[in-house]
Amino acid sequence: MSKRSAEDAAAFKRELEAVIPHLRAFARGLCGRPDMADDLVQEALMKAWAAQERFEPGTSMRAWTFVILRNAYLTDMRRNRFRGEYDDNVAERILTAPAGQEDPLHLSDMHRALLTLPPERREALLLVGAGGFSYEEAAEICGCAIGTIKSRVGRARAALNSMLADGDIPKRSLDDAGAHRAILEELDDVAAGDGVTGGN
Amino acid sequence: MAPKDKTPDKSGTPRKKQPDWARGLRDLYDDVVDEPLPPSFKDLLDKLDAPKK
Repeated sequence: MSKRSAEDAAAFKRELEAVIPHLRAFARGLCGRPDMADDLVQEALMKAWAAQERFEPGTSMRAWTFVILRNAYLTDMRRNRFRGEYDDNVAERILTAPAGQEDPLHLSDMHRALLTLPPERREALLLVGAGGFSYEEAAEICGCAIGTIKSRVGRARAALNSMLADGDIPKRSLDDAGAHRAILEELDDVAAGDGVTGGN
Repeated sequence: MAPKDKTPDKSGTPRKKQPDWARGLRDLYDDVVDEPLPPSFKDLLDKLDAPKK
């Protein structure tokens, strides 16, 4: 195992810095709140830094760090669940906040609709529809088959078509215990499908 | 009342015309990418990169 050169290390830092805006965008799409999203990015940066020897120079830094950010997100979500601290109030505020109002969350209909999707579909749509990843890359990031990503994106698109075209954005979906549980169960499925473990 | 949209929109059938929200989704992402980066991120990297004694 060869020690990485100082140049590799400098290049790593440069590339890592360059993807921070993308990490922030992905994180904000995932969790909806700018402050939480930035915390998540900081966490992902620290993990990426600690794991930098595992980064293969020449591969996509954006894809590599998205895996780390995604895992950090899933871990945080599940940890909150175990502590029983999943914040229904925050979730409900996100979903019920009227768009365009002076609200700290400041979410468009688009964003609110996105946040009502099950996490696995939301992340698939974010990666492909917003981040511009190919299905193949998105499948690698999520550690699942390409067909699975295609199906998740297809379902997410259909849901958004219906919500945004018909103005039928669910206002209180997280208020319903069944929906809430379904979301947490999906999180477990998503986490179980991780292709990459955090390594620590 | 429904728009006359009969496009079979199942499982990724490519549509010539993207729904309006598709651009909104990209904008959502791109707007954050274009935001000025808070200094805390660079600070964090510099801290991580500081030589340890």
